[in-house]
Amino acid sequence: MVAPASAQPTLVIEGLTTRFSTRGGTVTPVDGVSLSIQPGQILGLVGESGSGKSLTGYSIMGLIDAPGRIESGSIRLNGRELFGLPADDMRKIRGNRIAMIFQDPMMTLNPVLRIDTQMMEAVLAHQKVSRDAARAMCRDALERVGIASPDERLLSYPHQFSGGMRQRVAIAIALLNKPDLIICDEPTTALDVTIQGQILYEMQKLCAETGAALIWITHDLSVIAGLADTVSVMYAGKIVESGTAKQVLEQPRHPYSHALIASAPSRNPRGQPLRQIPGMTPSLIRLPSGCAFRERCDRVSEVCRQAPPVQTGDGRTLRCFHPVGAEYSEVRP
Amino acid sequence: MIAFIVRRVLQSVFVLLIMSLLVFVGIYAIGNPVDILINPEATQAERAATIVAFGLDKPMWVQYGLFLQSAVAGDLGRSFAYSTPALTLIAQRLPATLELAVVAMLVSILLGVPLGLWAGLRRDGFAGRTIMSLSILGFSLPTFWVGLMLIMLFSVNLGWLPSSGRGQTVEWLGIPLSFLTLDGLKHLVLPALNLSLFNIALVIRLTHSGTQEAMLQDYVKFARAKGLANRRIIGVHVLKNILIPIVTVIALQFGALIAFAIVTESIFAWPGIGKLIIDSIRVLDRPVVVAYLLLTVTLFIVINLVVDVLYSVLDPRVRLSDARG
Amino acid sequence: MTEASAVTPNDIETPFRRFLRSYLASKVAVFGLVLLALVLFAAIAGPFLAPQNPYDLKVLDVMDSRLAPGGVSGDGKMTFLLGSDEQGRDMVSAILYGIRTSVLVGVVSTAIALVIGLSLGLWAAYLGGRFDGFVMRLVDIQLSFPPILIALILLALTGPGLGKIIVALVAVKWAYYARSARSIALVERRKEYIEAATCLGLSTNRIIFKHLLPNCLTPLLAVTALQVASAITLEATLSFLGLGLPPTEPSLGLLISNGSQYLMSGKYWISVFPGVALLVVVVAINLVADQLRDVLNPRLQTQ
Repeated sequence: MVAPASAQPTLVIEGLTTRFSTRGGTVTPVDGVSLSIQPGQILGLVGESGSGKSLTGYSIMGLIDAPGRIESGSIRLNGRELFGLPADDMRKIRGNRIAMIFQDPMMTLNPVLRIDTQMMEAVLAHQKVSRDAARAMCRDALERVGIASPDERLLSYPHQFSGGMRQRVAIAIALLNKPDLIICDEPTTALDVTIQGQILYEMQKLCAETGAALIWITHDLSVIAGLADTVSVMYAGKIVESGTAKQVLEQPRHPYSHALIASAPSRNPRGQPLRQIPGMTPSLIRLPSGCAFRERCDRVSEVCRQAPPVQTGDGRTLRCFHPVGAEYSEVRP
Repeated sequence: MIAFIVRRVLQSVFVLLIMSLLVFVGIYAIGNPVDILINPEATQAERAATIVAFGLDKPMWVQYGLFLQSAVAGDLGRSFAYSTPALTLIAQRLPATLELAVVAMLVSILLGVPLGLWAGLRRDGFAGRTIMSLSILGFSLPTFWVGLMLIMLFSVNLGWLPSSGRGQTVEWLGIPLSFLTLDGLKHLVLPALNLSLFNIALVIRLTHSGTQEAMLQDYVKFARAKGLANRRIIGVHVLKNILIPIVTVIALQFGALIAFAIVTESIFAWPGIGKLIIDSIRVLDRPVVVAYLLLTVTLFIVINLVVDVLYSVLDPRVRLSDARG
Repeated sequence: MTEASAVTPNDIETPFRRFLRSYLASKVAVFGLVLLALVLFAAIAGPFLAPQNPYDLKVLDVMDSRLAPGGVSGDGKMTFLLGSDEQGRDMVSAILYGIRTSVLVGVVSTAIALVIGLSLGLWAAYLGGRFDGFVMRLVDIQLSFPPILIALILLALTGPGLGKIIVALVAVKWAYYARSARSIALVERRKEYIEAATCLGLSTNRIIFKHLLPNCLTPLLAVTALQVASAITLEATLSFLGLGLPPTEPSLGLLISNGSQYLMSGKYWISVFPGVALLVVVVAINLVADQLRDVLNPRLQTQ
């Protein structure tokens, strides 16, 4: 479900840059990232491990700790600027207006605390309600994510749940305060394929019902295909391509997105060798100058040593000198 | 849960039997048992009578059986030095040692946990590093030397606190306790501090490393993502996770406290079982030594048992899996 | 076309270099290392550094006894820099000899305990089954009792003496190594290189000692260092209680014990200085071991 373009976007990020000072040098895992989401929209943030997609999510949440810091950029949630917000104000937004769901449900729930404790504290931290009211809210939330006998479940401990159920609990917690934005960091990667499907369906349904915007961070294209409205592809800290899901997945322009989608086994004609992207993800400490993908790209030329310009048009953005496809002619610097 | 406890109790009894056998064999091994159990100043006739009475002329396994029999009945021989039953002697001195150990344990928790938490959270700060460096001192300093220094400083030089003995006691449920009187407290301070020093350092380090590891866990990240206040994250989420191993270690350390009380009691002339055993070893009052060893072995086994049960109560993962399995 | 940036050998950070860098990052740890070097120097070179041999009765003169630090001997030949004890022994010499004995006892007992415990632990982990169960039962029973108690019992039964106290310390410490070695070995055992070695048909001994052992040693390093310090302290405590070394080969503990009776009368140096020496030894080892443990702990390694 996509809201009309005239509605205020839930989230607008411009030029977000996060740096880490490590013993080996300074790395910039989030480098000038820009994106926007409308209410009720689902944005798929795609990339390999190390591309910076999770850290983008953490940066939005303000969960970057030393030795990292969010260096510059603008993060506007419903018009409100989050960059530079005092810690206390940010805390009031976290878990309240923006919620996050993590990858490994086993570890995100505290093993020694009961489920009701962990759910109710999320409510009580942000809303002034009685404990009984909070408990009722939690109960309803559990029902909504499809957990049977919620009263019993509230009294249980995390290790008594299966992986899929724990993730549902995490989703329920995320929804408790009716956030405007939910960031999901690979929430189905650690689950069985069948459970994955169920969770995906739940998330879509809940998104549609509540009007919350969703950022779905993943490396798995098949997940994005059925789920996202818009897609942004990240490589080495930068967004190299973004557009609607149909655009990016069916007609990828950036050589990396193109190779990524082409390398999906399902797209391979039978009998043909699987396509790979040669080389390895570059280490963030030793990034090549200019376009970070140039050492693996088959369309590379001398000009790629300089930072490629960001082109926009037709509702999509692209960061490349030699995009794939006839509509774009080769761009000279 | 019940099955678990029963199993552990049976195991403990088994260990107790083995230890009693070891102690018994130990006595046998170091020479003539006649000399060990009989006062060296007894006359020939008394010796002969005692030999028969103790069954010392019988084979070893029979003697062991007799030994066990009388042990269960509460008779572990008579002290040479005091001419009272060894067990009575120990029972008289036990409250003093227990009082010292309990106070030391409380001090180490009350001081150690907050300091360790602070150091763990402010790891790179000045306070954090100072606390950790001091904690190294804490368990490097040998207890006996610290005790000597404490006496030198507070008793000899400053004259604030007494250097030996136990203060005035008050009876509570038939047990004489000294911390209920001011005089008793004054006498208790230095020995308790001395005894607890090692433990304080231990608790600080445990809490520090536990906190550090806990803060890196995903559930802390998730708690922050929920927008919870720092105080709650540390006070509830982190603390509950690290307290379980800390409590078990501290409880196990209680046994070590009682053992180390030997040193502290010697220095401060505290009338507990520690001082008793040292004196008894020096004068070769072997029945007392035997009785002490058996008693302490029993005590440790009990402590281990209690800790195991405690652990399963505190950690919901252990408790519930045991109920199902 | 890519141009590989030239990578020189100096750019590569070997694990050892990384370890060295992490270790030296802490000033406290460097201080500890320096201190430890001094202690070891004193232990090895003690007899040559000492102004007198304090256990050579011919040299002693009881008229020099109980001199305050800086006092001079009756015949004017010796300055007692740290004072003298009740028999006229120079404290500096006594301390140097004492350090030697203490460190010797600590290192030797730890080394023997390490060898025994390590072998048993590795064997138990590798063989599993009843042997493992038996060894671990033994270890558990022993570890549930405080070291001082076990040592006390043994020494009460055997009497004091250098060899006996080493035996007592070994008996107390081996179980700890056995358990540590076993838990590390259990993890390593599942790794592929062990499987590979087994497939090659290597003998059990060879697998354990040439393949398993080196990989288990690193984590044990920090633990061993700490245990040396604890062995030294334990020996000092036992000697203080009169159950450790005999007066003919005093360690620092015995010196402290001898001197404690003079504390009340103000002749602090007979007890305090050996105490400080003991402190320095133990603190040095602990500082180094502490940093070793932090540096070698994989779980705490951040970027």
